[in-house]
Amino acid sequence: MSGAGALSLPVLRVALYEGRGAEPLDGAQRFAVMQTLLDRGYRVTRVGAGGAAAPARADDGNALAVLGRFTERQPGEAVADSGGRVWFRDIAGATADGVAAVVDAIRGECEVREPGAWKPWFPVIDFDRCTNCMQCLSFCLFDVYGVSKGGQIQVQNHDNCKTDCPACSRVCPEVAILFPKYRHGPIHGGEIQADDVRREAMKVDISALLGGDIYAALRDRSAKAKSRFSKERDEERALKERQKCLVKLQENLDIPAEVLASLPSLEDIQAKAEAAKARAQAAVDAAAAAARQEG
Amino acid sequence: MPETPTTAAPAPNLIYCRCAYARVVPRKVKDGVLEALAASGADFDAVPDLCEMSARRDPRLAEIAAAGGATIAACYPRAVRWLFSSAGAPLDGERVTILNMREETAEAVVESMLKPNDGEGR
Repeated sequence: MSGAGALSLPVLRVALYEGRGAEPLDGAQRFAVMQTLLDRGYRVTRVGAGGAAAPARADDGNALAVLGRFTERQPGEAVADSGGRVWFRDIAGATADGVAAVVDAIRGECEVREPGAWKPWFPVIDFDRCTNCMQCLSFCLFDVYGVSKGGQIQVQNHDNCKTDCPACSRVCPEVAILFPKYRHGPIHGGEIQADDVRREAMKVDISALLGGDIYAALRDRSAKAKSRFSKERDEERALKERQKCLVKLQENLDIPAEVLASLPSLEDIQAKAEAAKARAQAAVDAAAAAARQEG
Repeated sequence: MPETPTTAAPAPNLIYCRCAYARVVPRKVKDGVLEALAASGADFDAVPDLCEMSARRDPRLAEIAAAGGATIAACYPRAVRWLFSSAGAPLDGERVTILNMREETAEAVVESMLKPNDGEGR
């Protein structure tokens, strides 16, 4: 299932119950079970003798599986005070994979989000740095960004973002856009050095040379290459220079080839870019008007 | 019957993020931290991916933020702070400690997680 729909579905959570009425697991078993469930995308709360049980409540709209080596008979399935469904399963003697199979089976009984169906890759804005300039909104062709009622830039469609593409963070003049799963700093959230700001500013300048239509330029690259044999020598050289520049730009922005391959037509890109620019400008104008009114 | 499902009690303030959908946190570190937490007998909340919870605005993030004090083993503190903030659950920087499993050793993370709570964040 794609994005917004899948994100709005409840999740199945797991409580590894070792409190009253259940025997504790040893450390190695607990580790193996938790590691296996986490790697399958399940959230697991370890609940020990102290019974710190709040995160295992079924009152947040999510489903809950309570697993344990129970010494007392369990109801199998119950309904929490809030109406949320709760499953109890005895895991005595089960291996970690066996426990995972039990949880997978419970997931099959209820309508919950499939763990791992979406790789969480999206921009996160550092509002200590963001100046609300809207360059990211203008740049992104995939409607990831939007504007709040108060005129502030925000990430609105997380699952529209193209996995492994950090290009919008490269055009941010303030290095205010993070991708926590990115390989390198400062985009991964590491501390920002003065050199980082200078380097990113330089890349913004490169993109500005292309009139900001970076995606259109990159999309145009292959079409131009096809017609190169019909060109005069000088034009050919100019084309090669331009292509070299665009390859460098793609590398600088770290745009994955898959993203380029999936870009819409040039006309669509230009139309989207125009619409995004208009939205950004409207937001900037609205914010300026609000500031004037306050002043 | 266990009281778990409906009992309101203080939530564990130890949060472990597995970063299950990427390879940016060294496996040795995240396994080492999880293994030590599991062996410690402490109550803790292990989540597959804080980013995904942020995108979903999972209510648990607001619970963690509202509780005040918490220790979170995840990635870069700046990223974690803004992930919570973008989910409408800003963290109290004074009372929340964020440990970076991308940079620190498992031993250092575990030591910080399991030491008695002094109420000071990092």
